[in-house]
Amino acid sequence: MTTTTTAPTATTVLDASGVTMRFGGLTAVRDVNLTVNTGEIVGLIGPNGAGKTTFFNCLTGLYVPTEGKVAYKGTVLPPKPHLVTQAGIARTFQNIRLFANMTVLENVLVGRHTRTKEGLWSALLRLPGFKKAEEESRARAMELLEFTGLAAKADHLARNLPYGEQRKLEIARALASEPGLLLLDEPTAGMNPQETRAAEELIFAIRDQGIAVLVIEHDIRFIMNLCDRVAVLVQGEKIVEGPAEVVQADERVIAAYLGTPFEGEPGTAEAAEVEAAEADAQSTTEGDDK
Amino acid sequence: MTTETPMDKTTDTTKVSTAPATPIIPLPHTAARALTVAGSALALAGTFLAWTWTDEFPGKLTITGYPGGLQVLTLVGSVLTLLFALSGYGIRGLGWLTPGGKNSPVLLAALGVFGTTGYAMGAISYELGGLVNLEPGAWVSGIGALVAVIGALGLPVDQPYDAADPTPNLWGRIRHSLTAPEPGRAKDLPSWAEILIIAAGFGVGLYVFAYGIGTEYSELFIGFLIITGFGFTAVTRAGLLKRLSALTAKHRNVAMAAAFVAAICFPFTQTNDQFALIGANILIFATVALGLNVVVGLAGLLDLGYVAFLGVGAYAAALVSGSPQSSIGVEFPFWAAVLTGAAASLIFGVVIGAPTLRLRGDYLAIVTLGFGEIFRITMNNLNGNSGPDVTNGSNGIPNIPDLEIFGFNLGLPHNVLGTELTRSGNYYLLMLLCTAIVVLVFRRSAESRIGRAWVAIREDETAATAMGINGFRLKLLAFALGAALAGLAGTVQAHVSYSVTPEQYQFAGSVPPNSAFLLAAVILGGMGTISGPLIGAALLYLIPAKLQFMAEYQLLLFGVALMLLMRFRPEGLVADRRKQLEFHETGQLDVPEDKPLPEGATGVAKAGA
Ligand SMILES: Nc1ncnc2c1ncn2[C@@H]1O[C@H](COP(=O)(O)OP(=O)(O)O)[C@@H](O)[C@H]1O
Ligand SMILES: [Mg+2]
Repeated sequence: MTTTTTAPTATTVLDASGVTMRFGGLTAVRDVNLTVNTGEIVGLIGPNGAGKTTFFNCLTGLYVPTEGKVAYKGTVLPPKPHLVTQAGIARTFQNIRLFANMTVLENVLVGRHTRTKEGLWSALLRLPGFKKAEEESRARAMELLEFTGLAAKADHLARNLPYGEQRKLEIARALASEPGLLLLDEPTAGMNPQETRAAEELIFAIRDQGIAVLVIEHDIRFIMNLCDRVAVLVQGEKIVEGPAEVVQADERVIAAYLGTPFEGEPGTAEAAEVEAAEADAQSTTEGDDK
Repeated sequence: MTTETPMDKTTDTTKVSTAPATPIIPLPHTAARALTVAGSALALAGTFLAWTWTDEFPGKLTITGYPGGLQVLTLVGSVLTLLFALSGYGIRGLGWLTPGGKNSPVLLAALGVFGTTGYAMGAISYELGGLVNLEPGAWVSGIGALVAVIGALGLPVDQPYDAADPTPNLWGRIRHSLTAPEPGRAKDLPSWAEILIIAAGFGVGLYVFAYGIGTEYSELFIGFLIITGFGFTAVTRAGLLKRLSALTAKHRNVAMAAAFVAAICFPFTQTNDQFALIGANILIFATVALGLNVVVGLAGLLDLGYVAFLGVGAYAAALVSGSPQSSIGVEFPFWAAVLTGAAASLIFGVVIGAPTLRLRGDYLAIVTLGFGEIFRITMNNLNGNSGPDVTNGSNGIPNIPDLEIFGFNLGLPHNVLGTELTRSGNYYLLMLLCTAIVVLVFRRSAESRIGRAWVAIREDETAATAMGINGFRLKLLAFALGAALAGLAGTVQAHVSYSVTPEQYQFAGSVPPNSAFLLAAVILGGMGTISGPLIGAALLYLIPAKLQFMAEYQLLLFGVALMLLMRFRPEGLVADRRKQLEFHETGQLDVPEDKPLPEGATGVAKAGA
C-alpha cells in the first residue's frame, strides 16, 4: 500500500531548520529540522500538545518562530502568512476555519486570491481583462470542487455543509492557491472510517498532481497507508524520523505515543484540551499582530 | 396552563410531524370570511362619511362623500383587506394576489386598518377633548375595522405549527397566525410583462415614499407609518414581495434602472421645496450610509467616526467653493471640487486607517470614534485663536454659493417639461447621481476578487491571511474607498446646506447624518446589501423629521427601536443574499443526501487516474 516514490534526485520543497517557538516559559517547539521533497507525503505525529500545530503555524507565518528559518524551494520565507501562501505553501486548520457565511464556491475563489491580479480599478471600471479573469477563476474553482466532490454544493453556504465536507472544502480552498506544498492539520479528525478512506484517496490524488503533502494525523492506519516518511514530535522535539514501519516500531515512539492505548481517536477530554489550547493560541496571535 | 396539559398529552400520543393549527377565534370558515369582508366594506364605507365636526383636526375629515387625510389611509387599507379576503374566495383574477400566505395577509391588513382608524379616533378625541367629537363615520369605520379583525382571526391559519413546538401558547399562536409559507416558483411571463411588473412595483414604491415625505402633519404621518408597516408586512406574507424580488433578481439591470427612474421622478411630484429638500437630505444620508456599508458590511470594520469623512469632503468643497468666508478664496469648477473633496477624504482615510487598522474589533471601533471627534474639535480650533485660521472655528464656512454646472444654476428654479424643479429638486437630482455612483461602486467592488477578500476578512481574518490575502492592505483599501465615497457626498452636502460647521459632524446628535445614525441605518436596513442602508437611512431621516413633537425622546425611542429590531429581526429589514440562502438551505438539509461519500471517492479516483 505504501508508495515510496521518493527518487534520490528529488528536490527539496520545504526546508525548516532549527525552528523553535517559545511562549514565555513554555517551549512548544524546540529546534525542529524537517524537509519535504517533491512528490512526498510526510506525516507528522505526536501526542496532543506536542507542538505539531504550533510547528505548522511557524511554517506558515501565523507565528514568528523564536529561532530558526523556513525555506521554500530554496528561498527563505518571511513570517507573513500571505507571503507564505503566495510563495506556494497552503494549509488547512485543525479546527475548521472556513468563511462560514460565504458559499462553497466563494470560499474556493478566495483561495485563488494570490493567483489572480485584478485590483479595485479593474473591478470598478470593469476593465477588459476583468470578465475573463473572473470566469477563469470560477472555472478553476469549479474544477477543484469537482475534484473534491463538492461541485453539487457550490451554491450552499459553507456553514451548512456537513463536517466531513467542510474538511474537504478546506482542502479545495487551499488547493486553489496552486501550492507546491500542502499542509494538512488533522484532516480526518471527526471522520468515520469510510470518510477517512475517501480522504486518503483525495490526498493520494493531490500528491499525484505534483503537490508535496505534510500531514498531521492521529490515525496510525492512515499514516501507515499514506506516508513515505514520518516524523515524530514529542514535547516540542523531533525524536525520530523515518519510514512509517520503522517509526512505528521505535521504542521511544511507543513509549511516548503508541504505548498508550490507541483507539485511533483521542478521547473527548483530550480533544477539548487541544481545542482550548488552540483558542488560546488564537487570541495570542491576534495579540501579536498589534 | 392547567387546561393545556391534557392537550399536550393528546398531541403527544398522536405525534405527527405537522400539527394542525387552529384559528385564534373558533369560527366557521365561511362565517369568518364573510365577517372579514363585511367588516372591511363597512370600514371602507365609513371613510366616505364625516369623522369629526370641525376643521380643527387637520385633514378635512368633515366632508361627506370625500375622504381626506387619515380617512384615505383607512380607505386604502380596507381596499387591500377586501382584495386579500376576496382572493381567498377563489375569485378569478385575484389569485395572483396571494401566492404565499392566504389568510395571514388578510389579518395583517385588517390589523393595519384597525390600527390606523383606531389611532385616528384616539387622536381626534384627545386633541378635541372627548369622544363626543367623533361623528358617526368614525364609528362606522372603527367598528367595521374591528369586525374585520375578528373575522380575520377566525380564518384558518396558513401553515401548521412548528414541529418543535406543536402546542404554542396564545401569544405563540397569535404570532404564528401572522406567518405564512413561502410562495412557490412563479410561472414565466414574457419579459416585457415582467419588466412592466417591476416598473409598477417601483412606481407604487415611489408613490408610497413620496406620500410619506409629503405628509403635512404628524397625525397623518403616524397613520401612514401604521398602515404602511402592516400593509408592507401583509404584502410580504402574501408572497408578493418575494415574487417581485425574484423578478428584480432576474432582470437586475432593468430593476436598477427602474429604481433610478422612479427616484428621478420624485422631485417632479413635489411642488413644495421643503419636501424636495427632505428628499435631497435623505439621499445624502443614504449615500453616506451606503459608503459606510463598504467598510462595515463588506470588510467588517466597525467605524464609529465615519461622519468625519463626510465632513472632510464638505470642508474641502466649502474651501474651494468661492465662499467669501473661505480662507482660501478660490473657486473651483464643480468637477474639480468633487475631486478635491473625495481626494481629501481619501487621504484622511489613509492617514487615519494606516495606524488604526492594525487593531481589531472593539479597539478599532474606539479609535475611530476618537478620530471622528478629533476631526470635529480640530475644525473648531482652526479659528485663528487656538490655531491657524482655516475653518472659522465654530462659525464654520457660511455663504457657500450655489453650483453652476454647464450654465445650469442649481440655485434657481427651472422649468422642466412643464413642471417646476425647485432648488432642492436640482440638488436632489445631483445627489441622485452621486448615489448612483456609490451604488455602482458598491456593487462592482462587492462582486469582485477584492470584495470577496473583504468578506473573507470579515468572516475570519486569520484564515483570510492564510489564504494569501494581505489583510492590512485590503482593510486600508476598504477604509480609503469608504472615505472617498463619503467625501464625494460631502462635496454636494456643503452646497445643499449653504454652510459647513463642525457641529454637523458629530458622533451622535439629533439630526442625521451623524456616525451613530449612519451605523444604525446600515444595521437597521441590512448589512452588506445595497437597498438596506438606503431604506434604513430613509426611515431614520423621515421619522425624526416628521415627528418633531417627540424630539426630546428621540434618542430614547431610537434605542428602543434598535433593541426591538435586534430581538426580532437581527439581520435588518433587507436580508443579505447570504442570509436568504441560509434560510433557504436549512430547509434543504433535512433531505437525506444521496451518498456523498462514495461519490466523492469515485470523483477523486477519476481525477487521480
Ligand atoms: N499562542 C500560544 N500561546 C501559548 N501557548 C501556546 C500557544 N499555542 C500553542 N501553545 C502551547 O503549545 C503546546 C503545543 O500545542 P499544539 O501545537 O496545539 O499541539 P498539538 O497540535 O501537537 O496538539 C501546547 O502546550 C499549547 O498549549
Ligand atoms: Mg494540533
